[in-house]
Amino acid sequence: MSKNVKIAQLSCGTEYSGIQPEIEAAAKQVNAEMVFADVDYNDIASIEKDFGLEVASPDLKLLMARAKSIVDGKTDVDAVFVATCFRCAEAALARSEVRRYIYEKTSLPVISYSFTERTTSGTLLTRMEALTTMARRKSLLARERQTGLTAGIDSGSTTTKCVIMKDNEVIGTGWVPTTKVLDSADEAFNKALESAGIKQNELDALGTTGYGRFLIGDNLSADLVQEEVTVNSKGAVFLADKQKGDATVIDIGGMDNKAISVHDGIPGMFTLGGICAGASGRFLEITARRLGVEITELGDLAIKGNSKNIEMNSYCIVFGIQSLVNSLSTGAKPEDVAAAACYSVAEQVFEQQLQEVEVKEPVIMVGGSSLIAGLPKALEDLLHVKVHIPVYSQFIGAVGSALLVSGLVDTSKK
Amino acid sequence: MSKILIYPTNSLVLADLVDRFGHEPLSIPQEIRKKVTSVGLDSPPLNITPEDPKIGLKYAAVEVPSGVRGRMSLIGPLLERADAAVVVSDPEATFGCMGCARTNELVNFLIRAKKIPMLELPYPTNEDDARDFVYKIAEFLQSSEVLKHE
Repeated sequence: MSKNVKIAQLSCGTEYSGIQPEIEAAAKQVNAEMVFADVDYNDIASIEKDFGLEVASPDLKLLMARAKSIVDGKTDVDAVFVATCFRCAEAALARSEVRRYIYEKTSLPVISYSFTERTTSGTLLTRMEALTTMARRKSLLARERQTGLTAGIDSGSTTTKCVIMKDNEVIGTGWVPTTKVLDSADEAFNKALESAGIKQNELDALGTTGYGRFLIGDNLSADLVQEEVTVNSKGAVFLADKQKGDATVIDIGGMDNKAISVHDGIPGMFTLGGICAGASGRFLEITARRLGVEITELGDLAIKGNSKNIEMNSYCIVFGIQSLVNSLSTGAKPEDVAAAACYSVAEQVFEQQLQEVEVKEPVIMVGGSSLIAGLPKALEDLLHVKVHIPVYSQFIGAVGSALLVSGLVDTSKK
Repeated sequence: MSKILIYPTNSLVLADLVDRFGHEPLSIPQEIRKKVTSVGLDSPPLNITPEDPKIGLKYAAVEVPSGVRGRMSLIGPLLERADAAVVVSDPEATFGCMGCARTNELVNFLIRAKKIPMLELPYPTNEDDARDFVYKIAEFLQSSEVLKHE
């Protein structure tokens, strides 16, 4: 059984939204417990002055007082979870500032989340898993070299990827569309083994990640089953050779997006977006289909176009696509439409997710969508920084898994 | 006996005052007690489920945060039953404290919109004001506009 992790909950509205049991259920699944910092009345009465943010809601004063208790070392915890109601402006201000305060004043991993009554433990599980991994496995996360012969399988919502690594090099890859989770994993695994020219029983260890990680992990008796935030962070800084210092990792996936602040290869603040398909790779797939090109061709097409020539009325995957279709019907160039689609996705990620993490250079973009050239270009335009695309970026989760699991092999040998 | 909504809705002092003058205080601890002791719900200490914010849609639109709507699912029905109300503004947290300022704004508006007899008082800051505070509440609770609902 892994070490029990204490996660401090700094929140407003979770009980009255009916989701407190969901938070606790998600924590329990990763062998963690939610704890509440003890504060007294005077701490709450003086917190606006101490913290510097004036709020009208007493529960937000309590939230800030609890944050201060953690920073002052009066409450001993391993990680921090900050959560407030979606659509509450006052709470959004407090949540954002408290998250930054914890990040800057402590070495504790911290995430924040805005919830509705529809938030479930399943939604929170990946976030809790990442949070507890950062607290529990810092030594594993500090690993910078892959050793031995290991494999990583990333079961994504759209594609399943596998890599075989040997002595810090990728020696085999497999990439297939995700249909049946186990079948797709087997197929990608076999392709990777074949391209590496090795047999499964020669492997020292196997790691799995992505949506199907638990199922595949059980089926193949994986040595490490790990969520995507951790493995993508490690994979990104490893492949980009940016393991020391700050970095920002962005992964726009088929169903959700990740934006992660990384320091020395260890994720700090991160956001996982998954509410809107208009901000995902799915939007680009539909655009490619409408333009009659392969998704692999969309990026090069977008590079030739100008997004400003297209009027987009919505980010929505339905109404935004309608805007693109309307533009085509009035004679717009396909390359401009492709560029507008890439810009729309990038702009939404920029507005809704990148405001929640500290964007520090180098910015490393990973995942299959990073190869759609128009997308990193749109992000560069928005962020005004160079966006790095490492080699094998589409295999990022699999590489991160293979790298991390090699640390477990070394540990067991010792 | 009239039904008197109190604000802050969890103030024990106000609930006690209303009770001493022979009326029924409408306060949130009564509603929370039901949520804690109801058989079949399994999320102590406060058994609000995701269904409660949906009940709160009766009082606040879907774009209002779920925490406000969850609170309104408890406070709204109290408001509907109220014959009169005692509202204390800017109370100290120890007197009674509602956690969410947006809910407080909405509750105070709905009390006024209901046009029931209402006593609005500032929270007393010294002993003389505190005596006056209690006298005014007693006078209100014994007034004909409150007693006519008995």
